[in-house]
Formats: sequence, structure tokens, C-alpha cells
Amino acid sequence: MTAPPLTSGTAAVPDAAGHFGRYGGRFVPEALVAALDELDREYRAALADPTFQAEFDRMLREYAGTPSLLYRAERLSAEAGARILLKREDLNHTGAHKVRNVLGQALLTKRMGKPRVIAETGAGQHGVASATAAAYLDLECVVYMGELDTQRQALNVARMRMLGATVIPVTSGSRTLKDAMNEAMRDWVTNVDRTHYLIGTVAGPHPFPAMVREFVRGIGVEARQQCLELTGALPDAVAACVGGGSNALGIFHAFIDDADVRLYGFEAGGEGIETGRHASSITGGSAGVLHGTRTYVLQDADGQTQESHSISAGLDYPGVGPEHAWLNDIGRARYEPVTDAEAMSAFQLLCRTEGIIPAIESAHALAGALRIIPALTAELGREPTIVVNLSGRGDKDMHTAGRYFGLLDERQG
Amino acid sequence: MSERSIAVAFEKARAEERALLVGCMPAGFPTVERSIAAMTAMVESGVDVIELEIPYSDPVMDGPVIQRASDIALAGGVRVADALRVVEAVTATGAPVVIMTYWNPIEQYGVDAFARDLAAAGGTGLITPDLIPEEAAEWLAASDAYGLDRTFLVAPSSTDERLAMTVAHCRGFVYATALMGVTGARERTSEAAPILVGRVREVTDLPVGVGLGVSTGAQAAEVGRYADGVIVGSALVRTVLDAPDEASGLAALRALSTELAEGVRAVRS
Ligand SMILES: Cc1ncc(COP(=O)(O)O)c(C=O)c1O
Repeated sequence: MTAPPLTSGTAAVPDAAGHFGRYGGRFVPEALVAALDELDREYRAALADPTFQAEFDRMLREYAGTPSLLYRAERLSAEAGARILLKREDLNHTGAHKVRNVLGQALLTKRMGKPRVIAETGAGQHGVASATAAAYLDLECVVYMGELDTQRQALNVARMRMLGATVIPVTSGSRTLKDAMNEAMRDWVTNVDRTHYLIGTVAGPHPFPAMVREFVRGIGVEARQQCLELTGALPDAVAACVGGGSNALGIFHAFIDDADVRLYGFEAGGEGIETGRHASSITGGSAGVLHGTRTYVLQDADGQTQESHSISAGLDYPGVGPEHAWLNDIGRARYEPVTDAEAMSAFQLLCRTEGIIPAIESAHALAGALRIIPALTAELGREPTIVVNLSGRGDKDMHTAGRYFGLLDERQG
Repeated sequence: MSERSIAVAFEKARAEERALLVGCMPAGFPTVERSIAAMTAMVESGVDVIELEIPYSDPVMDGPVIQRASDIALAGGVRVADALRVVEAVTATGAPVVIMTYWNPIEQYGVDAFARDLAAAGGTGLITPDLIPEEAAEWLAASDAYGLDRTFLVAPSSTDERLAMTVAHCRGFVYATALMGVTGARERTSEAAPILVGRVREVTDLPVGVGLGVSTGAQAAEVGRYADGVIVGSALVRTVLDAPDEASGLAALRALSTELAEGVRAVRS
């Protein structure tokens, strides 16, 4: 059984070898090529198989709680001077869009007959989602997490262990997400026969960027339909935050051929691009190879990966999915940095106007959307409609937010 | 065959009816000067060819020992240009030097520029652990232009079709990663290795080097029975990493190099 060719709107990308223009492809040890070829065959066959699709849809609906709402944020809209529609991925089980990807890959793992999944995680969100899917589908789960991150996100470590996963702190390199990804790759090379590497975003070697896109693109399919029903028209713009880029690509994808819908990806600007302390791979990085794919990378002149910085752990990654690099270069989507301070201000605004505490990642998308309103209003000559992907909820971020806004009663000791 | 090709060294070993010993060391570990001293000691103790690894921030094919050595080298500020300086210095000892490098540092240096500078420094070519021939168009052209060897990896999981394709793009020698896994010393060598070497021999006359896991003279002898080259990395690096000071590190490095060199000289059965 073969699946239809992959497309991004009308453009046939990626090509058979996983290239999005000059980006993507496979920069991996030969030992992994057979597994990647197998995965490529299997996920395409799965997507063409009505039984798999039906099961995936059922899990998303009955277990994850999709379709997520498209919510007309009235008070926020009045405050902002634009009609803002929030795609409520924060209401999904596990609290983020990531559940879509992990359910898809975990179901595929079952189909391939592999008993074990491994995952990398930064803040722990993808790790928690993976541990959840593994518990749900009875798979063994090992999560690699930088040692620094296990200390910063102790609660998520406990959550993963509670769900039955093994969490392995990674002590090499910078002891953060990128090193966790290296360690997961090493595990995969060693145990590839019985293990699927459940990558958490639209990055990594082919076919991961295309496959993960397929599992998350329901976000945009739903949002497009919901926006038409709610407003009678398509939105003027769609905004999403970009770490690796899965929630952004997930919501962009259904709109690629709608030329009048502007697509905005907001990267983590950290303390500001000019300070060098940021995670804006597209705005502040350059083309290179990282984690098996060619894309924009934060790197020095020798091609050594540089550390990224963001108040949002989920955006704190020195690379980005290759399809975003391509969408940037062809001009179909625009990518701009949003600083920590801008994101936290939008975070507070959403709490106060709508009673919704967003993930700090998602607050970047909202801050970016607020920024583009004046220019968009001037260009259109009317109030714009903007769909913002609220990729996750902020429970996990309360410690950071509490400290940032001075809300914690600091005790001694 | 170009004069510089590593195949010359393989032929010499073949004429002596023994396997070639390839010893790896990261450039700039623990400093540039000390890495040159370490590689010189290896050559003096019987290592035939030096595989010089360019330290990289994200070495996914390497186990903990080489990762740590790479981290130390990078923390010390080693640059890609320093690696070329090491090539020049070690080549002067008379041993061929082949570079092993992840792809991004080469891409950022400029593929053609790196090939030019590597040839000028006297290096034989590149081993590229995360570059497969399908993505290598620029390197294929540059290695042709400057007469450099190119070694892609084959693995037990490679299909016959891929193995033949990969080997067809190699020049100098073929690298058989005998174990599914990362670099690191292991107690037992792999049963998959002789099978993989046999599969390579069915499609080429190029010499075959086997890597991953060898740490003793006995293992080197065992691998040398079926492979043309025995590639040793982590075990050698560890001698330097674990040593309390430079002198004892060099002594341990010499001792292990000597043991391995005797191993590859053990009579073939
Ligand atoms: C809520 C939320 N949004 C966004 C991201 C960033 O990932 P991506 O860019 O792949 O959507 C994360 C990652 O942890 C997340 O938890």
C-alpha cells in the first residue's frame, strides 16, 4: 500500500529523500539508514491504511480530547484591537499539542511491532507526553533529559516516573536538550531493532520532519474549518511559536495554499538577538547541519553548536525543523523573534483578560500576534482576524512566572 | 591510486602479511601540543595510521570516552584550523593521517576550502560518520579535485544494495562499523564483524578497516585475521584521559600502542 506523495500546499516537498529545497535530508550514521527507510515505508503505509487512520482519529478524539476549541477571545480582542481566535491546544490531554505527535508515533511503534520507545526532552513536556502514550499503549519508555534540565524541571521528572518511564539524566556536553537528543540517537543506533525513537518535533533526519507534520497537521485542518464556521471567512494571519516547529507547522499546514493568509512563526528572542542570548535559529542563526538534518542552526564559525537561551524551556533549542527553514527562504512564512519580556507581558495579559494561563511558549505566539496588529490593520484598512495557536497551558510554568512576577512568598532556606 | 592515499599504507601492511593498525585521537586533546605529542608517541610505538578526530559539540556516533575528550578539547578552544596544523605535524613523523569528522564543521569551513587545505597539510582524506553518499555531492567533487581519499561507513544493517552503493563511493579504504552502537571499548569483539567484512569483499578490492570496540592486543589480533585494518579509538584515548599527569599518560599510551601493534602482527591463521 502506498500513500499519496507528500506535499506542502501545492509544492511537492519534501522530495523522496526528505529535502525541503536545500534543507532537510539525512545526516546520520549509516547504521541508522535502514531503520529510517523502514520508518519511511511504515508511516506512509500506515497513513494510507484506513484502519490506522481510524484508530489514530479515535485516540485523538476519545483520549486526547480533540478537536480542540477555536475560542473567540472577546476581552483580549477588545484590548488588542483585532479579532483574536485562540486554538486551544492547551485543553488537550497532557496540556499541549504534543499529544498528537506522540499518539501517532506510539501507534506506529505498535504497528511496527517494536516494544520500546525512547524520547528526548528539554522541559519535560515531550517526555511527559511520550510517557503518557507509552503507558496508554503499553510500551516501554526511556526518556533522555539533560542533567541541568532534570534539576530545573524536577516535577516533570517525577511525572514521567509516575507514568512508568525511565528518565536518564544526560551529563555530556551542555547537559541540556541538544545533548539529550544526542544521547537518544546513541541509544537508537544501539537498540534500533526493538526501539522507535519518538522525536518530539518536526526536526531530525528524514522522514521525521514529514512524518511528525502528518501527525500534527490536524491542528490547522481543524482551525481552518472552525474559523470559517465562526467568522465566515479565513483569518488574515495565523501565529504560532517556533521551537523545533511542530505546533507552528501543525497549524500552518492547512493554510499553505491560502495565499491571503499570512503565516507568522515567533522564535524565542531571549534577552534580545543583539545580546547573543536567544534561541532564534532562523533570525539569528545560519544554515548548517544539526541532529541529522540541514537547517538553520545557532553555531560558531567552526560549526560548533552554540547554546540557546530562552525563558521558555520548550523553545530553548539551537535548531529548527527544516520545513520552516524552507518556508522562510521562499517567503511563505515570516519568522520573527519575541523576547522573554514581550512573552511574559503577553502571558500576563491573557491571564488577566481571559482567565487563561498559557504555556510561556504559547505566550510568544500571542506577543508576536499583538505586535503585528498595527501594520496588519493599516494594510487591510480594517480590524484583522488572527488565529493564535495556544499550543499549551501554563501550569508547568508557574514556578518561572511566579518568580518573574514576584508572586512567590519566598521563605528562608 | 594517488601517492598520498592511505591505500599505500594498507599495501605495505599486506606485503608484511599483517593488518594495519589505525589509532584515533581527537585534535587538541587535551591541548594542541599535547595531542601532537600523543600521536607522535603512538606512531613511535607501532601505530601505522593516525585517525585524527575533529572535536565536535554533538558527536552522536561517539561513546562517553571520546565525548569527554572532545569536550575537553573544545573547552580548551581548539579550532578546525588547529586540526590541520596537527595533520601537518603528525604527517611529518612519516605516518599517514586521515581525518574523521562530523559534517557540520566541514560545511562551515567550506567543503572545497577544507579539501584544499587538508591536501596542502598532507592529510590523506576524510572518514565521515554522519555523511552518507546521497548527501555528499560537494565532498565527492572536492575529494576528486584534490585527490583525497573518502571513507564512508557501512554497517551490519546496510542492505546489499546500499552497501554496494556506499562502497562504490569510497576511495582509500572502507570503514566497517562492526557493532550497532557508538564508539567505546568492549570486552568482546563482534560476531557480526567478519560477516560484514565478507559482504564488503564481495563488492570491492578496497581494504576494509574494522572499528568500534577493540581495546586489547588479543582483540586486535582477532580482528586482524579477517580485516585489513584494525581501528582503535576509545581504549587509546582513555589512557590519556585517565592518567594523573602527562608523562604517565604517554607511558600508558605507548604501552597500549605497542600491545596493539604486536596484536596486528600476530601470525595470520
Ligand atoms: C506548549 C508548547 N508549545 C511549543 C513547544 C515548542 O515545540 P514546537 O516548536 O515543536 O511546537 C513546546 C515544547 O515543549 C511546548 O511544550
